[in-house]
Parts: sequence; C-alpha cells; structure tokens
Amino acid sequence: MGRVRFALVSKVSVLLLVALMAVVLVGCESETAESASEPGATEVTQSEIILASTTSTQDSGLFDVLIPAFGEAYPEYVAKVVAVGTGEALTMGENKDADVLLVHAKSSEEEFVAGGFGIERKDVMYNDFVIVGPEGDPSGTGDATTASEALMAITENGGVFYSRGDNSGTNKKELSLWAAAGVESPEGDWYLATGQGMGDTLKIASEKQSYTMTDRATFLNLKDALDIDVTYEGSDDLFNQYGVIVITDATNMDGAQAFSDWITSAEGQAVIVDYGIDTFGEPLFVPNAN
Amino acid sequence: MGWSIYIDALTEGIELLASGAVDVWVIIEASMAVSGTAALIALGAGVPLGVLLGIRRFAGRRFGLLIANTGMGLPPVAVGLIVAMGLSRRGPFGGLSMLYTRDAMVVAQVLIALPLVVAFTAASVAAVPRQLRLQARSLGASRFHEVLLVVREARMGVAAAVAAGFGAIISEVGAVQMVGGNIAGDTRVMTTAIVQYTRMGRYGQALSLALMLLGMIAIVNAVLVIGQTSAERYEGHR
Repeated sequence: MGRVRFALVSKVSVLLLVALMAVVLVGCESETAESASEPGATEVTQSEIILASTTSTQDSGLFDVLIPAFGEAYPEYVAKVVAVGTGEALTMGENKDADVLLVHAKSSEEEFVAGGFGIERKDVMYNDFVIVGPEGDPSGTGDATTASEALMAITENGGVFYSRGDNSGTNKKELSLWAAAGVESPEGDWYLATGQGMGDTLKIASEKQSYTMTDRATFLNLKDALDIDVTYEGSDDLFNQYGVIVITDATNMDGAQAFSDWITSAEGQAVIVDYGIDTFGEPLFVPNAN
Repeated sequence: MGWSIYIDALTEGIELLASGAVDVWVIIEASMAVSGTAALIALGAGVPLGVLLGIRRFAGRRFGLLIANTGMGLPPVAVGLIVAMGLSRRGPFGGLSMLYTRDAMVVAQVLIALPLVVAFTAASVAAVPRQLRLQARSLGASRFHEVLLVVREARMGVAAAVAAGFGAIISEVGAVQMVGGNIAGDTRVMTTAIVQYTRMGRYGQALSLALMLLGMIAIVNAVLVIGQTSAERYEGHR
C-alpha cells in the first residue's frame, strides 16, 4: 500500500515538473515571438536602471503603470524598482547601488544633494497623509483643526497610536507633526513602533483597533482588507512632496537622467494624474513638476 | 569604499549598541522567549510522535514519516501567511485577538519546528538496535520501559532534533514578521530587527545584530556537534 502511494507521488511530481518546464519554455518562446514580430525592434540593447523608491510608493501601485509607460517611452532602458525605506534608499544612493531615487522626505533629500551624492533634485508630485483609526473615532480626532491637534487627541483620550518607527519619509513626517504639538520624542504605552512598511503598519493598527498615520494612496489600496477608516484629513500640515534625484556617478547615468526627465515631462506627469481615477474615482497623486 | 564597508558598519554598529541607543537586550530576550517556548512545545509534542513513528510498525507509518519529512521543507513565509490569516480579526480564530502578539509567533514557530523534531527523533530512535529492545522485553521490561530505554539510547539524537528545531526558528524571519508585526519592545526579535535596520539603511546595527544571532546559532550547533560525536562514540563501542 505504502509503496503504491510512493510510486503515485513520484509519478505526480514528475508530471508536475514536466508541466512546469513546458510552461517555462512556452513563456520564453512567446516572449521571443513577440519581440520578433514587433516592427523595428531589431536588436535593441537594453540597459538596466535601478530605481530606489519607498515601500509606500510601491504599495500605492503607482509603479505598475509608471514603469510600463516609461518602458514604452524609452525602450532602450529597463527600470527595476527596489522598494525600501527612505533611509535605505538614500544609503543605496550613497553606495551607488541605485541610479535614481524617487522618495518623499524633502529636507533629507536636499541634504543628500548638498552632500554631493545626487546631481539634482526635482519636484515630481505630491499626495497627502491621513489619520486613520477605529470606526466611530473613539479618540475624537475629527474635531481637531490641525493634524498635530488630532494626534494629541489620541494621547489625551486613551487611544493607541502605531508609528512606522522606521526612519521612513512617512515616519519623519509623523514625528514632525508630534514635534509641532510639543512632543519631541513620543513614547509610552500609547505609542508603539512597528518598524515595518505602511501596508503592514495599517494591518497592525486595524487588528489592534488603533490609530496610525498613512499616505492616502496606500490606505485606499488596502482599504477593503482593513477595519479602520479615515478619521482626520485635509489640513495643510498633511502634505507629502515627492522628489526625483539622479545619483552622482551612477552606473547608468544616461538612464537615470532619462527617467528623471521623463517623469517630470508632460508625458510622465499625465500618467501620474490618471492613476487611481479608474479604481478609486480620484487621482492618488497630484503632479507638480516645474 | 570596498571592504571597509564591513569594518565601518561594524564599528559604528557596536558603538551604537554599546551606547544603549538601541535596547538590544529587549530584542534578544524576545527572541529567546518566543523561540525557547516554541522549541519546548515542539519537544513535548514532537518527541512522542517521533518515537511512535520511529519504533512502532503500523498502517500509515510511512505516510506519517512522509508528512514529517515534507514538513521539514515548509517555507516559513507560507506558515506565517496561513497563521496570520487564521488569527486575523476576519479569520476563523479572530476572536482570540492573538495576531501581532508573542503567542501568535509561538504558534507559527511550533508549526515550523514540529516536523523537524518529529523527523529527527524518528530517525534516531529507529537507529537504536532492535535486538536491544527484544532483549529488554525478554528480561521482563514492560512496553513503557522499552520505550524509555529506546529514548534513553537515542537521547543525543533527540537533543539534536530539538537543537535543529530551535536553530531553524530563531533564525527565521518570514513568519515572525507576518504574525508578530515587529512591534518595538514586544514582538521585535533579532531577525525582524535586522530586516528593519537594513531597510532603514543602518547597516551597522543590522550587522551587529546579525553577528549576535550567528553566535547564538553557533552555540546551538555546538550542541548538535557534541550530540553527533557522542553518538559516534556509542556506535564505535557497541
């Protein structure tokens, strides 16, 4: 009986392997067929661009439309996105492990360029942050007039706040709001740090029925999987500016410059403003390149 | 640049950790508490199961061994995902409010360690000479005493099983990140802290913690090696 089962298992696994190989082969074939049938696509040598960006930008889904559109405009380049925290993105730039950065921590970015690590920094787009929390807003953040006041309402009314605590652009923004409220380094039972990306932090806040601050794009993308909602939004202090930086002496300087030029061009900016309208009924990012 | 990247990072990391800017002991304590508890539970449940699969002949034994051996290759991220879905507020065990707690991490790690403990134990008790058991029975030992004798003879293999399980879970990152949430001072363990510091670009702290983790795994493996060599001595003197 046991032997029969083993024989069966090995037959099934051989079949699976064969099927897998067939899929891989067919996949490769159709790819070559496609590129061959493309008119004028004779021997385009593609060079790779490493684009370091943030997890929240990736979680927003923007790259799923931005990268293919860039590939159409510049078929000679293949942009590869590495989504990390703003801190690591900047370190990647310093170590020349990336060619171009798309991040959102303006003062750190300006320091980075002033330090000679980047050639120039250009504004690309902005989105906004929102404060999210349990249904019914038990800490009453909605009555505040600034985001800093809304955060203070959480501490004063027994709420718990989950911070990214990872030195990311979002984390830096959140800390600046606490500082504006007179709290230089928030700590206590009501302030917990996840050290994770925006998506994970939102899931944790939802499970724990607590508050957190998030960029609107990531929140809208994950909304259906969460049991928390926007409790405070719309004030001037919740504005989030993105910038693009070409790295000094990057491995692929031309590609990095092409990406920077394209994303700030009318064409790139149009892709940004269209993103999100189909799914969420509103654009997630507002392009504002000069 | 070049190789100095390691030295610079390490010097910076050790300085930062020594300065107390990061409470590294809280992180180590969390790792030990979670993985230690999980290893103990895996020991309690896995050794009896392993003994059963190793010495008893019954229908489905081969299937049980197949499950245990396949389980050794369970991807921790898959375990993490399944446990996280089950414990989610929207999942079947959501009422326990257990996701993003140490308990949830223990559950995931037990599932990862258990197949290792079962398979290693089964292999080591199966290696105990059958004549020994027959002789014990002929001298009047009960079934219970026979099992005790086998476990005693295979104790080094069983210890190795537990050490292997502990080593696997303390260095695992995918599952604990998903079900623990890396919450500072609570569910943040060494592996998730390393991922976090790397993502923050703080290679120094990340590297220092990685070396400490390596040290702990070296200690666990020292136990394994001692277990193996003692077993060899036993074989040699038989």
